Amino acid sequence: MANEHDARDTAVSRRQFASVAAAAAAGFLLTACGPRRLHEIPPDRLRKAIGDWEREYKEKYGRDVRVSDAGPMPGVLFAYALDLSRCNGNRRCVEACVAENNQSREPQVQWIRVLSMNKDKGIDFSDADPYYAPAEVPEPGRFYVPTACQHCRNPPCTKVCPTGATWTEKDGIVVIDYDWCIGCRCCMAACPYGARHFNWTAPKLPAEQVNTNMHYLGNRPRPRGVVEKCTWCIQRTRAGRYPACVEVCPTGARKFGNMLDPDSEIRYILENKRVLLLKEELNTMPKFFYFYGT
Amino acid sequence: MSSVGLFTRFVIGSGRVVSRGGRMYWTWIALLLVLIASGITAYTGQITVGLGVTAMRDQVSWGFYIGNFTFLVGVAAAAVVLVIPAYVYDWEPIREIVIFGELLAVSAITMCLLFVTVDVGRPDRLWHMMPPFGHINFPRSILAWDMVVLNLYFAVNFIVVTHILFRAFTGRHYQKKLVVPLVLLSIPMAIGIHTVTAFLYNGLAARPYWNSSILAPQFLASAFCSGPAILLFVLQLLRRVTTFQIRDEAIWKIAELMAYAMFVNLFLHGAEAFKEYYSNTEHLLYTRYWFQGIDGHRTLVPFAWSAVSLNALALVLFIVPRTRTNWVTLNIGCFATYAGCYIEKGMGLIIPGLTPDTLGEIYEYYPTVTELRVAAGVFAVGFLVFTLMLKVAVPIVLGELTLRRMTSPVDSDAPELPAPAAAH
Repeated sequence: MANEHDARDTAVSRRQFASVAAAAAAGFLLTACGPRRLHEIPPDRLRKAIGDWEREYKEKYGRDVRVSDAGPMPGVLFAYALDLSRCNGNRRCVEACVAENNQSREPQVQWIRVLSMNKDKGIDFSDADPYYAPAEVPEPGRFYVPTACQHCRNPPCTKVCPTGATWTEKDGIVVIDYDWCIGCRCCMAACPYGARHFNWTAPKLPAEQVNTNMHYLGNRPRPRGVVEKCTWCIQRTRAGRYPACVEVCPTGARKFGNMLDPDSEIRYILENKRVLLLKEELNTMPKFFYFYGT
Repeated sequence: MSSVGLFTRFVIGSGRVVSRGGRMYWTWIALLLVLIASGITAYTGQITVGLGVTAMRDQVSWGFYIGNFTFLVGVAAAAVVLVIPAYVYDWEPIREIVIFGELLAVSAITMCLLFVTVDVGRPDRLWHMMPPFGHINFPRSILAWDMVVLNLYFAVNFIVVTHILFRAFTGRHYQKKLVVPLVLLSIPMAIGIHTVTAFLYNGLAARPYWNSSILAPQFLASAFCSGPAILLFVLQLLRRVTTFQIRDEAIWKIAELMAYAMFVNLFLHGAEAFKEYYSNTEHLLYTRYWFQGIDGHRTLVPFAWSAVSLNALALVLFIVPRTRTNWVTLNIGCFATYAGCYIEKGMGLIIPGLTPDTLGEIYEYYPTVTELRVAAGVFAVGFLVFTLMLKVAVPIVLGELTLRRMTSPVDSDAPELPAPAAAH
């Protein structure tokens, strides 16, 4: 019987060969033509995908949508700075962010979280209140620390992703591929800043509130069951505009720019102001800096 | 007869055994099927609406499912407790029951993979993780590592038990060249799956409760308690309902090993609690939430103290020779071990690790009915797999189900081949 066995093992029958070849061909076709990670998608496939998305959103929302594929600009590394001495906790940034980035209105998803803190205690998360609702801000004795994705240079979130669905772009923006994310939420456990949000149910976005200016790695409407977060308004910043939160802030507490440009405002702040990082000891190296302007 | 023909016979024979049983057997199967149906209904609801039907939210983004997953990885590693003395020290009484440990490992891994599947937001995209069609972030992502080692461990155990049983069925001894290396490989792998699972949490600096180097050793210690606890129940049951011989010393020896593991487990927990409370840094918050609650948020406190008490009770019952060899106290000890470790992993690992969240908010997580039903369904699948495999394995190991008996069922008095023991 052993000989019989050996004979069968060594001689590859025509049928075996055909089935292996068919499987290999199917595999190659699926790999070549099947869905791809946006991280490595070839430009022609991306253009086709953009056309598909624009049609899909037009059908769903009845609006003409433009999805940009603008890539990172050479010589640009974005950075953000927030003046803690100016922020008065008015949360216009939160509203502007939701309107700009097509977050779900029900359930509410907000990428910016403003924490009200006690001036006597300093920055102490265990004492922070994200649900403050006084008649008027600022409240006496309180100061405000807005948080969002810190776009770390050493991001713990991209490292843990099992499918490579989140990564850092060349201009320093940490992005998510909403079509590749499997929703395992490892990145949410890994993020020390609570910046990542999950679509626990289907996001609701009224058609008249859709921002039709989109970017393929940014504010495209998200499906249920995937993670999303701040992209520094990639659809704006790659077109040379400020993020919505920077533009709307009535106190001028929010600053944004190219860290590699020696004449930029952000460089001035980094070189001349007292700058601090959230949870610096974790070595995440955020590109989101807090400072005291006055 | 060709190998394929023999294997077909093996499958047919197994099917025949599985479809025959007494009232107890069918009641048990029916109960499991009801639980599975309930789980599927609940899961269908979860698929339709989204994970919002669970109590998980952005603040506590993992919960009961992942807790159960972690616990069951420990159970799956349990086979190794039996394999080590059997093969390394040649301890005969345990040798013959090694196969049941491996069957348990196969069922436990099945449940682990199901728990991960029900926890992800997009199960339809799980293939994104599988090359060549998908992309696996290996070796950077620990979840990627975990999926690789869990599947390998499953394959190794599955191959070993199938091979041993198939050969025994055909009246032959298993091939040493295949089984011994695989069994020896399964020892470091069992330690590996649980270590990697610990590293999944351990590597997250954002969560100080997990970011402690004691986590992996502590996982192993509790795994070496909970896995054998289930097995001791099963072995006693087998002795009662079949003619299978399991010696008292084998059971007592396992209980003794569990006592050492439980001591190490409690010691490591104590060491961690000391470090947290004595140094009293801001990282104490999570341990405090588990043992004492924070500002009236006390949902987990009863779980914490029942886990500690059950584990301590089990330690006492297993360390004292008289209570270890008394069947009543032995079974109380098994139950206490199982319950203690289950609470410790299911409720005490994931939830306090995420509460308060990274920005200091306290969201009190408690599983919803959907989560409980889905989890019960997954457990029922695991128990069903285990039951059916046992149903086939026991008569083969006993020599009651063999090829010869199948081919000549009338001639049951025919001289039998010497019944090959499970592992020799």
